[in-house]
Amino acid sequence: MAWLLGQRLVGIVLVLFVISVLTFSLPHLAPGDLVRTLIGNRQVTPQLQEQIRAQYHLDDSLPVQYWDWLTNALHGDLGTSVQLQQPVSAVLADRRLPLTVALALLAFVVAVVTCIPLGVFAALRQRTALDTVSTTVALVGLSAPPFTIALALLYALAYYVPIFPVYGSGHGALDVLYHLLLPAAALAAGVGAMLMRITRTAMIRELDSDYVLAARGRGLSGRAVIGLALRNAAIPIVTSAGLVLTFLISGTIVVETIFSLPGLGQVLQNAVQYKDLPMLQGVTLVIAAAIAVIAMVADLIYLGLDPRVRSGRARS
Amino acid sequence: MSALEVEGITVTHGSRTLVEPLDLGIEAGRCLAIIGESGSGKSMTARAVAGLLPRGVHATGTVRLGPHVVSLPASERVWSRMRGDRIALLLQDPFTSLSPVHTCGSQLSAALLAADKRRGRSRRRAAQRRADVAARLEEVHLDPRVAAQYPHQLSGGMRQRVAIAAALAADPDVLIADEPTTALDATVQADVLDLLTALRSERGLGLLLISHDLGIVQGRAQDVIVMQHGTVVERGDTSRVLHHPEHPYTRRLLAASPTLAAADRADQPAGETLLRAEGIEKSFDGRRVLRDVRVDLHARETLALVGASGSGKSTLARVIAGLEVPDAGAMTFDGASLPAGRAGRIPSQIQVVFQDPNSTLNPAFTVGRTVAEALRTAGRPASEVPGLLAMVELDPELAGRRPASLSGGQRQRVAIARALAPQPRLLICDESVSALDVSVQDQILQLLGRLKEQLHLSILFISHDLAVVAQIADRVAVMHDGVIVETGPTAIVIDTPQSPYTAELVASARAQSLTTEESA
Repeated sequence: MAWLLGQRLVGIVLVLFVISVLTFSLPHLAPGDLVRTLIGNRQVTPQLQEQIRAQYHLDDSLPVQYWDWLTNALHGDLGTSVQLQQPVSAVLADRRLPLTVALALLAFVVAVVTCIPLGVFAALRQRTALDTVSTTVALVGLSAPPFTIALALLYALAYYVPIFPVYGSGHGALDVLYHLLLPAAALAAGVGAMLMRITRTAMIRELDSDYVLAARGRGLSGRAVIGLALRNAAIPIVTSAGLVLTFLISGTIVVETIFSLPGLGQVLQNAVQYKDLPMLQGVTLVIAAAIAVIAMVADLIYLGLDPRVRSGRARS
Repeated sequence: MSALEVEGITVTHGSRTLVEPLDLGIEAGRCLAIIGESGSGKSMTARAVAGLLPRGVHATGTVRLGPHVVSLPASERVWSRMRGDRIALLLQDPFTSLSPVHTCGSQLSAALLAADKRRGRSRRRAAQRRADVAARLEEVHLDPRVAAQYPHQLSGGMRQRVAIAAALAADPDVLIADEPTTALDATVQADVLDLLTALRSERGLGLLLISHDLGIVQGRAQDVIVMQHGTVVERGDTSRVLHHPEHPYTRRLLAASPTLAAADRADQPAGETLLRAEGIEKSFDGRRVLRDVRVDLHARETLALVGASGSGKSTLARVIAGLEVPDAGAMTFDGASLPAGRAGRIPSQIQVVFQDPNSTLNPAFTVGRTVAEALRTAGRPASEVPGLLAMVELDPELAGRRPASLSGGQRQRVAIARALAPQPRLLICDESVSALDVSVQDQILQLLGRLKEQLHLSILFISHDLAVVAQIADRVAVMHDGVIVETGPTAIVIDTPQSPYTAELVASARAQSLTTEESA
């Protein structure tokens, strides 16, 4: 068990290292002169060029530059935004990152709370009208891209029946939550449908297995049997929920744009538009690290759920 | 009063009748065995009596459980009051019949709590529950520490004991045991059956024992029902049915039931050595599965490799077949060095027939295509398909069918035809008849014997079943914990086993098989 944990931790450190190298290489891989890009829309003078070279240590060798950049990043210093002339970390920490995290988490919670029970329910009512209806709705949710759902929700529940705000992020915790509900629902639709289908399939497989028949054969009640099956089905569900959450993070970018939410998505969009490389680096690093960490957490939960993997044996 | 009384139970699936109207009764403390091959309707009868039929399968009739009368079809509400307290079902495969992610203790206590709930009692407290779980485990001769273990940490026999304890948690009057030992090793089978017999008499339990094997009823069941194609062909007192069978089908079953008597083979002069493996070592995750194993296989002989699961016999077969690369050791084939692994091998050297013909044939391919593909690999034309099918005694007309529309025996014949397509000198049969019914098993064994003579084959026959081995093998090698503990001519090994492990194997095989002189 400890060995497995250690193995996963080493794996995650390796992944983060590769991510950091790739992120660091971004500006060097980008077309055009790096110094000019870093100057942005300021007046290009030889002094400024010299100043930029000194500021970014561009005359050092690449490994040294990487090492400086990495140690700074580990201390929370992601450089200065070219466009805003503010520290990247300050821009991210000031509402941008929290807003996106809140949006993704809210969408995740909405998806989990509604769709996993729905999946279990559909599995129990297998091949009935209810099952058909819920799987069909899930299919629609799965095939419609998030922006169409977002626009449809916006039109129906913010414009036609104005229950929810059309844009913005609001002020104060409750107001923010109120502003985030509609975007979160739009974001949750697709991944929720995925979760529902996965839960349904996993539950059907478990309910069909021998141990469920055996449990019924020794007199366990219907509810106890469902609990037994759900605990087994949790293994594939958790694994896919981790994937779903990472998928959500990229989905926030589109939804934030539609609902004019000042989150990471907007920052990223601006950074791309203005060739703001330090900002781009910062956002990429944060998103990549978040995805890696989520994947690791899902892995750890998986370890906790499956005693066979814990003791290092393959599934029999 | 009878613990279980079943009247006119009929099981149907759509318009098909799986079980014709059937009556049976079990007194408390007695055992009734239902014997039949797959498709005989024995398992459907068992599941109908416990109200656990699969989706789409329906039953009619009356089930009387003590004072309770259940008229079928009955709702889940009615059955949920019966199951556990009155009647419990024990399944065949202990590897799948326990939840893999719950400890044995928690699965046992779930059954105890279900009983409390049914009887309207308050849930017993955690300490009480732990004590009860320990007592139940002790009743099936398991250490109370097993409660904290997960099923995968236990052997098959221990798992089946846990399943028995869980099935008996609510103290039912009747236990239905559906092939309770078929998935277990020979040495463990007798233990589990003895445990069931002891529990039956101690608890006054009515036991309904379902099996494909007439051999296990002897000395364990008082009454026997023999089923074929959904109907009862013979029923009566066990010793009467075994010794004076009336129905031809029962006689056929008895004749097909393998006995330990090794066929008298005229001592053939041993051919030259075809395959030699020396110093074979293999470890998985630090566990030594094969330890310095040496095997010699002569041309035109059948060598059986016998052992319990986990003894390393399948791994050895896979090493010889090139499906597994050994950590150390050398092999020669027909005098030349045989490389480890698949690379550098020729299809005409060694081919394998695996255990389960349901999963080793591609379900999307027709029989003809499966065999033709094997022929193509060996550079032979597809026009040889009919001849190959005829060789394994299959109607060449079957070439257009897919595996789903074949019987288990037919599928295994296709698998044999596929293995013979490259005209191998050595055929490895890895538990090739274990998944088959007794009568089909007998036919396949005879087919293998004929093919060996006809094609001058050598056969390496892997099996856990000494009775099957006695029927087919010229020589036996007994494996235990990765070591070959004994090798010799079949009859000599069975009659005068030298190693203690072989003696144990022979003893449990004798306990399982019918005594020859009586059943002849």
